[in-house]
Order: sequence, then C-alpha cells, then structure tokens
Amino acid sequence: MTTTDGAPHGTDDTPRQNDAPRERDDAPREKKRTRLIGGPGMLLVWLYGVMVVGAVSRSAVQISTEFEHAPLAYSLSAVAGLVYGFITYSLVRGGEFARKAARVCCAVELAGVLVVGTWTLVEPSAFPDKTVWSDYGIGYLFIPVILPITAMYWLRKSARQKDAA
Amino acid sequence: MLVALTVATAVAALLLAAWCGWAAYRDQPTKDWHFIGMAVVTALTLVQLVVGIVLLARGEKPEQGTTIFVSYLLGSFACVPVAGFMSLAERTRWGSVTVAAGGVVLAVLQVRLYDIWGG
Repeated sequence: MTTTDGAPHGTDDTPRQNDAPRERDDAPREKKRTRLIGGPGMLLVWLYGVMVVGAVSRSAVQISTEFEHAPLAYSLSAVAGLVYGFITYSLVRGGEFARKAARVCCAVELAGVLVVGTWTLVEPSAFPDKTVWSDYGIGYLFIPVILPITAMYWLRKSARQKDAA
Repeated sequence: MLVALTVATAVAALLLAAWCGWAAYRDQPTKDWHFIGMAVVTALTLVQLVVGIVLLARGEKPEQGTTIFVSYLLGSFACVPVAGFMSLAERTRWGSVTVAAGGVVLAVLQVRLYDIWGG
C-alpha cells in the first residue's frame, strides 16, 4: 500500500528512511521477535517435543538395528522426526521468519500424515512395520493429525495479534 | 514388581493429569501442591528406572529388547519434570494444560512399557 507512486502518502514514507540505521541495532530487533510460545504455544512446544523424541529415537533404534526389515517405514519415521524437530525449534525461536517456516512445515507434516496414512491403508504390504504416520498416527493417539491443524491455527492467530498490535 | 510399579505410575500420572486439568479448567497456573504431585510421580518413575535396571542386571530380558526398554524408562523419568519446568515458564492456565498433557503422555509410556516388558 505504501508504494512509491503514492505522492499524497509522501509523509508515510519518511519513517521508512529510518529503517536502515535501525536495522544495524540488533538488540531491539531481538525483543521484537514475535513470541510464539506464550499460552497455548507452550502446549504445542511440549507436544512437538514429545513427538521429536518419539520419532527420532524410534527411527534411530530401528534404522541402526533392523533397517533391512522395513527401509521405507523407518526412513519415513526419521523424516517425520526431522520435520517435528524443525517445527519445535521454530516455535521456541520465535520471530516472523520462524513463524512462516513453521507454518510451511506444519503443512508438510499434515500432507505427510495424510499421504502416508492413506498409503498404509491402501497398500499395507509396502510397510512391514509401522511408521509414526501409519494409519494417520493411530499409534500416537492421532496426535500427528491433530497437531499440525492446531499449530497452523495457532500460528495464524499469533500473526493476527501481531498485526493488530 | 515392575508390573505393579507400572500400573501404580500410570494411575498416578492420570491423577496428576486430571488434577492439573482441573486447575486449567479453573484458569489457574500450577502451584506448589501441583509441583509436590509432580515430584511424587517423578519419584515413582525413578524407582521404576532403578528397579528396571536391577532386573536387567539380574539377567532378565524384556520381551521387545533391552535398548527400547531402557529408553522408555528414561523417557518416563524425564517426562513430567520437563513438563513441570515448562509450566514454570508459562504461569497461566496453559502451563497447567502442559503438565496435564505430560501426565497423559506418561500414562501412554507406561502402557508401552508394560508391552515391552512382556506383561
């Protein structure tokens, strides 16, 4: 909206000229990072943390001991663990970029759960052993399906609060 | 011995979850009494960890493997304290919800431990 051709808005542009010197000062910018782990965000971090530990340790054990048994399933668990780890890190770090990155990852996660969940139901023979995302995460109380939806809702909401402020 | 302890820990974890859930329902953060409750549940998981290691040292084998058994024991032990610290950082009802979720997670871990040990 504050485009260059908006002559009447010329006064609006003046604060923007101050942006450059302000960018150099790092400390105030750190404080301005959107805090993502306040309130319900804390619960999300906890549940994502649990999923990280669950998925990473599970795949670490399975890949190191019996990878040949079900390579696809174990690799998918490892990928799920990485995605969960990144989302947890983004939530804890906070800030606009982290918020966007976390949203993308939640979408990836949701897609992963839906695709892998459907895949395990349609073609069980491809999965001799379970993954974190098998049958839409039934072995994990469906948390893998519920979590990304809740997280995306929360990340949208914290964006709206920031715009309002 | 281990099975009785597993059942006791699971019940205690669910009670803790209900208690903190009630606090969250009443819009309260976790208080000193809740932390005492968390300490009791954590003490149970610590006893369980010690008993589990003693059983392994005596040569008993968990049905689904020693590595998985020990990692679940360690996970159970860490579960509630971590949630407790997070509720210290979040002094609202959501801190209580986090501990309640921790209790549920611990109960699930106990069910898995039961399976891994082999009944």
